[in-house]
Amino acid sequence: MRLAFAIGAIVGLVAPAVGFFLVQRRMSLIGDGVGHVAFAGVAAGYLLGVSPVLTALVASVGGAVAIELLRARRQTAGDQALALVFYTGIAAGVVLLSAAGALDANLFAFLFGSILTVTNGDLILVGLLGIASLALIALVYRGLVAATLDEEGARVSGVPVAALNVSLAALVGVTVALSMRIVGILLIAALMVLPVIAASRISWSIRSTIVLAMAIGLASVFVGLTISYYANLAPGGAIVLVAAAAFGAASLARALRPVAR
Amino acid sequence: MSLAIEPANGGVAAGVGATGAGVSAETAGVGATGAGVGAEAAGICPAGTSVPAVVELSGASFAYPGSAPVLRDVNLRVERGEFVAIAGPNGGGKTTLVRLALGLERPSAGSVALFGEPAARVGRRDRIGYLRQRAQLGIDAPATVREVVAAGRVPRRGVLRLLRAEDHAAIEEAIARVGLDGQARSPLARLSGGQQQRAFIAKALAGQPELLVLDEPTSGVDVDAQESLAALLDELHRTLEVTIIFVSHEFGAIERFVGRIVLVRGGIVFDGDPAKLPISWHDPSHVHS
Repeated sequence: MRLAFAIGAIVGLVAPAVGFFLVQRRMSLIGDGVGHVAFAGVAAGYLLGVSPVLTALVASVGGAVAIELLRARRQTAGDQALALVFYTGIAAGVVLLSAAGALDANLFAFLFGSILTVTNGDLILVGLLGIASLALIALVYRGLVAATLDEEGARVSGVPVAALNVSLAALVGVTVALSMRIVGILLIAALMVLPVIAASRISWSIRSTIVLAMAIGLASVFVGLTISYYANLAPGGAIVLVAAAAFGAASLARALRPVAR
Repeated sequence: MSLAIEPANGGVAAGVGATGAGVSAETAGVGATGAGVGAEAAGICPAGTSVPAVVELSGASFAYPGSAPVLRDVNLRVERGEFVAIAGPNGGGKTTLVRLALGLERPSAGSVALFGEPAARVGRRDRIGYLRQRAQLGIDAPATVREVVAAGRVPRRGVLRLLRAEDHAAIEEAIARVGLDGQARSPLARLSGGQQQRAFIAKALAGQPELLVLDEPTSGVDVDAQESLAALLDELHRTLEVTIIFVSHEFGAIERFVGRIVLVRGGIVFDGDPAKLPISWHDPSHVHS
């Protein structure tokens, strides 16, 4: 349980920080697509007898960067690139898992999250990746903001937009891999997006939106994990429902204070 | 092509005259020799021989693959310190012309130079401030005016470096120049369309650009805001000596302030002093080629 809370704390902070830039750039669903690629990675891990978190990390970072490159070169429309990677990922996952003979209950822990199956090894990996992700966001924060406000204007003025987009895609891949054990592949995207749209109901600046979203993400994970522990529910579902409730509460707060800053 | 350039070329001369030096007139002569090699040489002139134009298109054409050409054989030279309006009907190719000039598209024929370098390979792009159409900007982002303007400092300072005192000073100055000092901490969503426009102009100014390009800045902004936008740009042009290219499908208030109007319809059909523009052409949607 302590392990789950420690990992959850990292996930709750990193997912909304990355998610902010996805929401602002109308790429909210990319986390979902990358989650499905991570599923193929998990399956490959089972088949090869390697840690599924590691193989999922490789698959999700690779998938996210592939989506971005397809989009950037305008070879396919953004949603088509997403669909291509999305369905290939889940199909490859099902095929690999059935080949490994692992279409069983263990799989549910990856699909919907689990408190009991997380290990010390997971915590170390998630901790290192989480700190690295937050550091990378802090490093390229100004560039990401510039590209978010006006991507082409930034490109014209010499901001390395392509490199920033690939960094953001890699961050999405890492976030998916590290959130997988707690929230589950099918609900990862929700933890990247819901705290951000909840925060933006009551925020007054970019900085306040990100900080509030991280706070809502953290609170959703803690409350969700607690409920899931005592009520013996799948943690992913509980966490995401708490985040959805936070959106409802934020909307209510905004409605009651129409001139709030 | 001949239609585009010859009758109106007094305008080019007027533009050159405005920047002063006789050297520029000579440069214009070189540019006018047009074809291939000559144009290339004019674009990438060695230091010391003459001042390169800010923007120079020489015999530039552009077509999307499998489509009819959008622009044919465009020759356009914008000198340092000019304030130019590029107008023309929608679909006439003025946005394409600007995208070529900024190196966002490559010409299918001819050459395009920016600050004397090939437009697609300009070394210091932070010299350019580009303001796109309102609909393409992140106006719905939950950002304050200061956050928007600070983002405009990124090209000059670099993505990975922390902002220094001089950067913060440039940001505050840009906010003051567009008259938003009282609203620096306000979220964009609480500003009027005209004020949001000014916030994004301040964003472009924060990078202290030598060239400011505005694409359809008046769309979606009311008439009063258009009037004050034109006056603001005039003031920026006079006080900052920045070269301004203003792209619009209508002239409106800007006509009184610019030294030169370029009408684009598949090519350049007029280039000169706004006062010399035939009266029937003042509504550019009715331009006849």
